[in-house]
Amino acid sequence: MLAPNFELNATPDQKLRLSELRGKRVVLAFYPADWSPVCGDQLDLFNETLKYFSSYNAQVIGISVDSTWSHMAFAKDRNLHFPLLSDFEPKGAVSRLFWCYNAVKGCSERALFIIDEQGIIRWSEIYPEGINPGVDGVLEALEAINAKTNTKNHEQITTAGQ
Amino acid sequence: MNKLQLPVNDRDQKTGNLKAELTLVEYGDYQCPYCRHAHPLVQRLLQEHGSELRFVFRHFPLRKIHAEAAMAAYTAEAAGRQGKFWQMHDLLFANQHRFHEGTIFHDLARKLNLDLNQFLADVGDMEIVAKVESDFRGGIYSSVNRTPTFFLNEEKVYLYNGTYESLLTTIELFV
Repeated sequence: MLAPNFELNATPDQKLRLSELRGKRVVLAFYPADWSPVCGDQLDLFNETLKYFSSYNAQVIGISVDSTWSHMAFAKDRNLHFPLLSDFEPKGAVSRLFWCYNAVKGCSERALFIIDEQGIIRWSEIYPEGINPGVDGVLEALEAINAKTNTKNHEQITTAGQ
Repeated sequence: MNKLQLPVNDRDQKTGNLKAELTLVEYGDYQCPYCRHAHPLVQRLLQEHGSELRFVFRHFPLRKIHAEAAMAAYTAEAAGRQGKFWQMHDLLFANQHRFHEGTIFHDLARKLNLDLNQFLADVGDMEIVAKVESDFRGGIYSSVNRTPTFFLNEEKVYLYNGTYESLLTTIELFV
């Protein structure tokens, strides 16, 4: 399924459009809110493993309904090295597009999507709010996509050779 | 995966009864306040149940929020080369509040009477850096999502809630 395109603010004066990232894989990490008290929150783990993700040609992007100002302060506090997008106005619109907006709580669910180089959603998972799922699930999914792509390429080469 | 993906091996730092049937693995970060909190609890567990238990400490430094965590891990491993991993392990937790002082790791090495030239050479040694990286990577693939995270006989421990009792119950449930 083609991922719905969207454009959101990454900083107060900079927007990021999903389609700008074609040619790269994108890991979209929707999460409920900035400022979690625990050492090793989900975003910290992404931050620590960015080089694992870049080895899969994947860009990690966080999305929540917090404002860009909150994101900036939060990113500075946690020393985050990937963009946080602000699904702020209209509130949760992009989260709704990805079916992961919790209208009762007024925030995004904790959900992960892998979008491939062509903009197609290849994997997604939604988690209970209180659980930090770690990053192994999404890394394993990227590995599985690699394996599939390699098999496909191999088949194409084999067919071409015949 | 909620199972330990990297089995306990020769490179691991172990203490307690090395032949025990129970193995408790901790993924920890010397700069994490929750790990410092857990440290005396683990010590007490080893004092009271050390004969039934093998304890392994693996490094899970969150470098982006704890600037000195990786250096602390290298310091412990370098002390380990001189047979003093666990002494350094204790000292690091005891001195966590001083990590921002530039000379702290050197001071601790001196305190343990380590051969300082050897220590300085070992702290940046590629094998030690790789060991810490391998600990971290193993943790990531075992679903370690915060520190401390414990595994008992390769099963992730969910019961630990910061109390000694919860740690003890974890062990007792297994026996």
